[in-house]
Amino acid sequence: TSAVMAVVCGRGLLASLAGRLWAGPRAPLRFVTAAAPLYDVVVSGGGMVGSAMAAVLGHDTHFHDKKIALLEAGPRKEYDRMPDSYSNRVSSISPGSATLLSSFGAWDHVCSLRLKPFRRMQVWDACSEAMIVFEKDDLDDMGYIVENDVIMSALTKQLDAVADRVEVFYGSRAVGYTWPLPSHSCDTSPWVQIELADGRRLQTKLLIGADGHNSVVRKEAKIKNVEHRYDQSAVVATLHLSEATDNNVAWQRFLPTGPIALLPLSDTASSLVWSTSHEHASELLAMDEESFVDSINSAFWSNVNHSDFIDTAGAMFRSAISLLKPSGTAVRQLPPSVAKVDPESRAMFPLGMGHATEYVQHRVALIGDAAHRVHPLAGQGVNLGFGDIACLAHHLSAAAFNGSDLGSLKHLLKFETERQRHNVSLIAAIDVLKRLYSTRLAPLVLLRTWGLQATNALPPVKVRI
Amino acid sequence: QLSLFRPTVKRLFSTSHSSVDSKEMKKFQLLAHKWWDEEGEYSALHSMNDIRVPFIRDTLLNMSSNYHLGNPLSGVKILDVGCGGGLLSEPLGRLGASVTGIDPLEDNIRTADQHKSFDPVLAKRIQYKSSSLEEIVEESMETFDVIVASEVVEHVADLEMFIKCCSQVLKPEGSLFITTINKTQLSYVLGIVVAEKIIGIVPEGTHEWEKFVPPKELERLLESNGFSVKTVNGMLYNPLSGSWSWMESTSVNYAVHAVKSGAWGQSSPTEALSEVESEHPSATAGTTV
Repeated sequence: TSAVMAVVCGRGLLASLAGRLWAGPRAPLRFVTAAAPLYDVVVSGGGMVGSAMAAVLGHDTHFHDKKIALLEAGPRKEYDRMPDSYSNRVSSISPGSATLLSSFGAWDHVCSLRLKPFRRMQVWDACSEAMIVFEKDDLDDMGYIVENDVIMSALTKQLDAVADRVEVFYGSRAVGYTWPLPSHSCDTSPWVQIELADGRRLQTKLLIGADGHNSVVRKEAKIKNVEHRYDQSAVVATLHLSEATDNNVAWQRFLPTGPIALLPLSDTASSLVWSTSHEHASELLAMDEESFVDSINSAFWSNVNHSDFIDTAGAMFRSAISLLKPSGTAVRQLPPSVAKVDPESRAMFPLGMGHATEYVQHRVALIGDAAHRVHPLAGQGVNLGFGDIACLAHHLSAAAFNGSDLGSLKHLLKFETERQRHNVSLIAAIDVLKRLYSTRLAPLVLLRTWGLQATNALPPVKVRI
Repeated sequence: QLSLFRPTVKRLFSTSHSSVDSKEMKKFQLLAHKWWDEEGEYSALHSMNDIRVPFIRDTLLNMSSNYHLGNPLSGVKILDVGCGGGLLSEPLGRLGASVTGIDPLEDNIRTADQHKSFDPVLAKRIQYKSSSLEEIVEESMETFDVIVASEVVEHVADLEMFIKCCSQVLKPEGSLFITTINKTQLSYVLGIVVAEKIIGIVPEGTHEWEKFVPPKELERLLESNGFSVKTVNGMLYNPLSGSWSWMESTSVNYAVHAVKSGAWGQSSPTEALSEVESEHPSATAGTTV
């Protein structure tokens, strides 16, 4: 038998070499003495979503004997101690995302580091008095503001805990992918071949692309992406409030140039996310600290964009609502005023939207920003990514328990259908909101004013959001 | 191992007491390379894995008290009779079982061997042999914990001998899983006319209604050859969604779980026929059978 097996293996090796040669000019002409290591799942991209995906699979009982790899281009970061100052990159974590993170023990780490729960969200218009307040009846937390570094620290700890199953490759950028033919009827390798920048090769049964909105996996897989660059950049900074307060409200005001948001970090500090035109963003970064603080306060407090017409129309609508529904409009709280900005904490990054037409292909799945990119105005970006993880992990776990081939389109398509159904309407709604609120034109302002007031008065609609 | 070098001709005209039907082999010869195209001629068999693998897995888990994380069938020796291209052997191997797959058609075994060769874990766990069931009986007496004969008994020439051979290579109290097609008017209409001639989800000529096996007949043959039938469940294929589901009625497709009597020749007297309700029954503490 060993003679026969040797013949079969030899033929197999030569054939897989032939397959690689035809895959493209990249494949070097050399005899493979040992086949590239084969993984069950490779996650490309070690950001919050990629790391969480690898960690979730690593902690799954049905993946106990599987081999998972996580590829991260950057170096390993040590998060032993959190610096006293807050990082300027924060995320709004929904309760659903918190549930996912606690399912594999990461949320405990986040809680032991630092986070800020918020109970209320007040959103209002700069061009009118219209306002909408979100809060849960049962005084539960609506969400949590967490620094991205804190999340990464928790994820790294949980990855270390399953290091026997999940191998993390730092400083490893994938430069090429070779896709297998879908109907495996010939002698070529059925796996995805990955070539790293340093020449190392990996093979995998399933490649998960979590490599951000400029995803290489998506491009190499030739998946079409519907994308649009907004004329906006987001300015982020860490701010110190004039006076200590309960600070459990997230504030967002829609200015004609874009929404400005104040997200609570502690009783005395908040994080700024100000989406505005590229020019204004550059100005904000360049101005001195005092002027910067003044701009922020003025953005939240000034009524310069109000017009009498809109104010009257809005007031009329409000009285109409209060006739029908006496408790229809909520109490308007006043946002805190800002005293200082952390030096060195100001930064800006360009904004855009994107949506991949397909999330999956044979042996490939996209999650997070690689699949969809949204405007930060709804604080949904990373939550959509965590939602992708929960769904994909569920299907992969069931597939593993059924002994299925992990890269099979059958269960990958179920993931795609579920997530696209959920994501498409939300992504479209965020895009519409962004455009609706980017104007001073009276009819549109009136529309959104009344719309916002009506939504605020209608509990069922608010609960859905 | 030696069988790989036996000329094919000899096997086609092998002993008259063989369960292998040479006409059947010719039918499958033509499609030996199409096994692994999930959207091709064998797509219905691929999607059948979605119910037959959990059925086998959960039945075995319910009977045993060991559970290996990540490898639910670890330590179980399975014989896959009529394994074809290995469509069922591979998932069982992935779940941790040691699988021996046999099929009389050499081309099928070649396809199966080649497909598993790229996965080192499967390559170790699964062994394929080009052979009929009778040919391995002598060297495999009471060797296997489980025999799986899925979509096979409707193709064998001598069903009773097939069952006797299963009993010989199965350990006492081992499990036998069979999926096959009932012999009814409905199975003729759906299984042959519609499936083969109208919508073509089964290659034409694959099945002969005369050879379909009614569940009562199968049960009778099993019970009179040392088996105790535990479960009989109807299966239904939905051609629109391409998926299988369980159903009460066994008029078209059905699955059977039977257990070979213990060493002292008695099967457990108090076991009632159980119905498999959901696709994911939890693994409970072992019950003796």
